[in-house]
Amino acid sequence: MSNIAGYRRPMAGTQPNHLHPPYASSVARSPRQPLVYLPHTLSEVTGPIVGPERVDVKAFDLTKQHKGEPLGERIVVSGRVIDENGRPVPHTLVEIWQANSAGRYLHKVDQHNAPLDPNFTGCGHTLTDSEGRYRFVSIRPGEYPWKNHYNAWRPAHIHFSLFGPAFATRLVTQMYFQGDPLIPYDPIFNCTSDEKARNRLISQFDWESTIPEQALGYKFDIILNGRDSTPWENK
Amino acid sequence: MSLVKTTSQTVGPYFAIGLTWLNKSDLTAPGVSGKKVTIEGRLLDADGKPIPDGLIEVWQANSHGKYAHPEDKQDKPLEKGFQGFGRIPMDGNGCFRFTTIQPGPVPGPDGKPQAPHILVSVFARGMLDRLVTRIYFPDEPLNNSDFVLNLIEPARRGTLIARKKGEGLEWNIVVQGPEETVFFNC
Ligand SMILES: [Fe+2]
Repeated sequence: MSNIAGYRRPMAGTQPNHLHPPYASSVARSPRQPLVYLPHTLSEVTGPIVGPERVDVKAFDLTKQHKGEPLGERIVVSGRVIDENGRPVPHTLVEIWQANSAGRYLHKVDQHNAPLDPNFTGCGHTLTDSEGRYRFVSIRPGEYPWKNHYNAWRPAHIHFSLFGPAFATRLVTQMYFQGDPLIPYDPIFNCTSDEKARNRLISQFDWESTIPEQALGYKFDIILNGRDSTPWENK
Repeated sequence: MSLVKTTSQTVGPYFAIGLTWLNKSDLTAPGVSGKKVTIEGRLLDADGKPIPDGLIEVWQANSHGKYAHPEDKQDKPLEKGFQGFGRIPMDGNGCFRFTTIQPGPVPGPDGKPQAPHILVSVFARGMLDRLVTRIYFPDEPLNNSDFVLNLIEPARRGTLIARKKGEGLEWNIVVQGPEETVFFNC
């Protein structure tokens, strides 16, 4: 059996270093030894597949999980999942979680003095369609304080988790909102040195997906590793 | 194309809200063939302190060395009931424990078998990107010739090999320090 084509590694500066001292908890939770370069084998070009049988088709709508409507500004977050070669990533799982409109998470560790919303859990998932498109309905999450440094506030964000087609393409990220004044001050947003790469985490207001008299639309496209065209042994 | 992968961000402290629905710490099922094994350990930071707000995901082949994925074209049996994926959160003491089937060897470069292994992604508050590592099995003859283990300086290879503990195996993830686990650029 010959060798197989792997997935491309991110370009320098477009992914965070594990150690980013302005994000205080990265200091003790990042390795100091250099990472060992792992050529991709069958183990890395395969990966978990979560199919339609596992997925709740209603889980894309975070505003309909309880008896009443959650408080806050309704939003539609949608976009495409594509790879670095521009090809759609179809039928792949997208998971999200977020704070409620007051900036409070439904989590026992979150002690922020802001109200919980009995009509909002803040958890959703969906599969991309055959062209890599996904869509969530939710409410705009609130900004919230944290203890990283004095007067530290996280900009409004939604956490995203994706598998893509392979173990090598796994991605966990956060989506921000265009115009949020807290973004430039956030050490987590700023952990990636490449400015363009960073700014692609900011979703853009979008008329097309905005629902009249119902919800504002935000576009957020996600890019996963592209496949190399040739096996690595031949390079 | 000039597209680049979307930049990674930490899972933060509240990932349980979004990720718990897919937790799976017993990968086995009735009728699945192979040797059942329980692997437990701790996720430790630079000061040897446990990381309770962490999560691992595992990915592995079945006992025949076949992945439940369309890209595995090997002529080996798939096992209904064994998907090879687990998602295991740390408990309050930074401990994890999962039960699986010892995977069979899968091909590496030039078709030479890799030693049986499990791929691991580590996520936690404070980690801006996942950490990728592998679990290998003790007393496995293929370990000596495994091409991935041989990429690692001998003194550090042991960090990827689980140890026998009672009926099961123990394998710790040390994020930083003298016993630091080997992590990969994957
Ligand atoms: Fe958050």
